Amino acid sequence: MVSEPKPAPAITSETRAKIDAEIAKYPRKRGALLPALHLVQAERGWISAEQAAELAAIFEIRPVEVIEVVSFYNMFYDRPQGRHHVYVCTNLPCSLRGARTLLAELEAHLGVKAGETTQDGRISLGHEECLGACAYAPMLRVDGVYHEHLDVEKARQILDGLG
Amino acid sequence: MGLTAPYVTSYLSQHFADDAFGTLDGYLATGGYEAAKKALTQLTPEQVIEEVKASGLQGRGGAGFLTGLKWSFMPKGTDKPKYLVCNADESEPGSFKDRLLLERGPHQMLEGILIGAFATGAEKTFLYVRGEYAEPARRVERAIAEAEARGYLGANVMGTGFRHDVVLMRGAGAYICGEETGLLESLEGKKGQPRKKPPFPAEYGAFGMPTTVNNVETFCHVPHILRRGAAWFKGFGTDKSPGTTLFGVSGHVERPGLYELPLGTRLDAIVFEHARGIPGGRKVKGVIPGGMSMPILPAGQLDVPMANEFLRERKTMLGTGGVMVMDETTCMVRVGCVISYFFRDESCGQCTQCREGTGWIDKIMSRIERGAGNYDDLDVLLDIAAKMEGQTICAFSDAAAWPVQGLLRHFREDFEAHVRQGKCPFPESFVL
Repeated sequence: MVSEPKPAPAITSETRAKIDAEIAKYPRKRGALLPALHLVQAERGWISAEQAAELAAIFEIRPVEVIEVVSFYNMFYDRPQGRHHVYVCTNLPCSLRGARTLLAELEAHLGVKAGETTQDGRISLGHEECLGACAYAPMLRVDGVYHEHLDVEKARQILDGLG
Repeated sequence: MGLTAPYVTSYLSQHFADDAFGTLDGYLATGGYEAAKKALTQLTPEQVIEEVKASGLQGRGGAGFLTGLKWSFMPKGTDKPKYLVCNADESEPGSFKDRLLLERGPHQMLEGILIGAFATGAEKTFLYVRGEYAEPARRVERAIAEAEARGYLGANVMGTGFRHDVVLMRGAGAYICGEETGLLESLEGKKGQPRKKPPFPAEYGAFGMPTTVNNVETFCHVPHILRRGAAWFKGFGTDKSPGTTLFGVSGHVERPGLYELPLGTRLDAIVFEHARGIPGGRKVKGVIPGGMSMPILPAGQLDVPMANEFLRERKTMLGTGGVMVMDETTCMVRVGCVISYFFRDESCGQCTQCREGTGWIDKIMSRIERGAGNYDDLDVLLDIAAKMEGQTICAFSDAAAWPVQGLLRHFREDFEAHVRQGKCPFPESFVL
């Protein structure tokens, strides 16, 4: 039997070491699956089918059990994203203070709709449910960082400042 | 960006303006960890539970269950490892109190966790922080590391021989993981779909082991109760709902923010005195008193003390204390659209009544807002909502039904006006 060449690992050894450290914290291995997905996604912003398969091997579960977790949670992505994530909270407290108008202005500014990525791959724009910034509305979550008490002008400046 | 301190403070938040309170030394300087030391060195676990029971502390995550009673459900004399879970998956729209408690007072929460661990015999706490709370998670991680390095967590807590570890896990964006058994599934590396109960977590919880789940704020009250006693704690709030809570006020008010006030503080006092009323001289139209799942109250019913025994009489509840204020320009059908989209989006999909019910409510709500609804739609909405209540694995379905019922109970005229005019009659309302 001819053995197939072994594919290069889809998860870096550095990330693998961090995953092993997470696994040690839980009474069952699989408890560390969400932490592991966060770590893998931190490498390049999304989780590929190869990486999911490799995680399945690490956690001794089927690939579909990894993929269903990726698809269940909003913060995991199964395809490439823009270099920057920009989210507008559009739940009620933010909407009462102009979040939908802000989102429409940003859509026009970037030339994309919420849920899309700019053609140059710079920004993925989206809307999110309540982010716990209700008293500081409207707000943006940019690459994980909250920007609060915004107006359209301030929000545009934040976007224009992204590389 | 860090949060600012509440506008009105009490025992939970009195030091939140001081950055040092977030550090171990700053916390120790305010008498921090003295209550945990007292519990670990002078009290039995039973005595701790009795004191928390005597205080009447109700869980602050929304359901209001008695904390001491919950702790007493943990089995004794078992060989199995026991766990605590701190639910920091705050995602109820209108709520942002736990974010502040995590960011500004992580050691206060950790001390409450230690006391809870001693009382229930838990060897480990899983602290589940919602994925979006990156900054709060960083600050708590720092506090855990500091506590471990100086013996306030770990193998020999404060030299007493008691062992306790806290593991911080970040969620990944799913409202349903705030439901305690959805959270347990997520903690085990699965989709956050709630479990059937019984068995309850005290019997079969995290990784199948006896587990107690408490909200962040609930833990934060505990050191104060142990330090100053149940009688002192009952000096705040009402007979049936003791203590303070952090009310988060948002929407159409002059001064949105957090206010730590005794339970039983009147809703109109929160809106008009503390949050300074509605901007632009406009009138209030309605207020959601406790986060999005809780039915709305109309302008004429704001003279209600914010405690469940009073709010229930008006067919609503305290929930998580998220007060959302809407002025007279607000279209209540649009409010219904925002709410029903949210629940449709966040339904985990495992129960038919919830999965299908949230979808149909959202569709009908949008149709009415567009001016394409008919009078029968109003009764269909109520019929769907009634069939979603009490039929499912968890309370999410009920939580999706209640706000619809509240809107139609108090603002049916808004819905009828859309049907009559064939369009939205509120041109000045917030934009959808």
